[in-house]
Amino acid sequence: MKFLAKINVMPQKEILDPQGKAVMIGLKNLGVQSLHEVRIGKHIELEVDADSETQAQEKVDFACKNLLANLIMEDYFFELEKKG
Amino acid sequence: MKFGIVVFPGSNCDEDMLYTLTAVMGQKAVKLWHKDHDLQGCDFIILPGGFSYGDYLRSGAIARFSPIMTEVSHHAQRGGYVMGICNGFQILVEAGLLEGALLRNHNQKYVCKNIFLKPAQTDSLPTKKLNPKNTYQIPIAHGEGRYYASAETLRKIEENGQVLFRYVSATGNADEASNPNGSLNNIAGISNIGKNVFGMMPHPERASDPILGNTDGKNILESLLS
Repeated sequence: MKFLAKINVMPQKEILDPQGKAVMIGLKNLGVQSLHEVRIGKHIELEVDADSETQAQEKVDFACKNLLANLIMEDYFFELEKKG
Repeated sequence: MKFGIVVFPGSNCDEDMLYTLTAVMGQKAVKLWHKDHDLQGCDFIILPGGFSYGDYLRSGAIARFSPIMTEVSHHAQRGGYVMGICNGFQILVEAGLLEGALLRNHNQKYVCKNIFLKPAQTDSLPTKKLNPKNTYQIPIAHGEGRYYASAETLRKIEENGQVLFRYVSATGNADEASNPNGSLNNIAGISNIGKNVFGMMPHPERASDPILGNTDGKNILESLLS
């Protein structure tokens, strides 16, 4: 079976996100009101071949823990979509 | 002591380090290609500065999976010396050979300037020959050098004397104004618990040749020979 994993990696809440801060300044300059707390992370998509959804879940989780996210500074979450 | 300098795709301080170790300090040093599995009998492995793998994903995150890193890890586990400078430090924390992480600078800037360092102790190899009362002027050049660790890890590395260097003012104060990137406790360099793996963001190899007008960095590199 083939799955599409849509992964989001975000800086941890308690960690200062300078990119988000810089973009917040840009948004203020753009003149949009009522926007707060910009945080910037990464969106990663990848395809997984697996025998089951559980196995696909395990593979993506392993990839996230060991490379795609650094758990000292980031959190991740993902969803799987069955392909084909 | 034979030094081995690992060259990753995107390393750019390997030549400076080789020149400093050989031409300036008269040591034996060779470059090691990241795809090799042979440390060529080197006693001391250096991961140089640069932008390995274009800093894609996170600085150092992909380089840690380069083939030679298996041997570098084994070397470290056997008690062999490993030192990462700048991007090399980022690779060592990503590889889990050093604790903590290096985040994007708090001031949203890539900072390229001379800073002052003070040794936090003198019982580690890179600080052994330094005067704990002196400050050392060394250049930094990085966008992701904000040392971060959980409160628990930070407490542990402070208690164990694993902090090597702090960013200080010219007069030696570790204050907020002299912290160029927002590092916790002004930390500029650390070691592992075994004190055989070292990482620092500043570039001693860029301040070692007299022709460059500053040889403070040579004191740190010479300390490695003690």
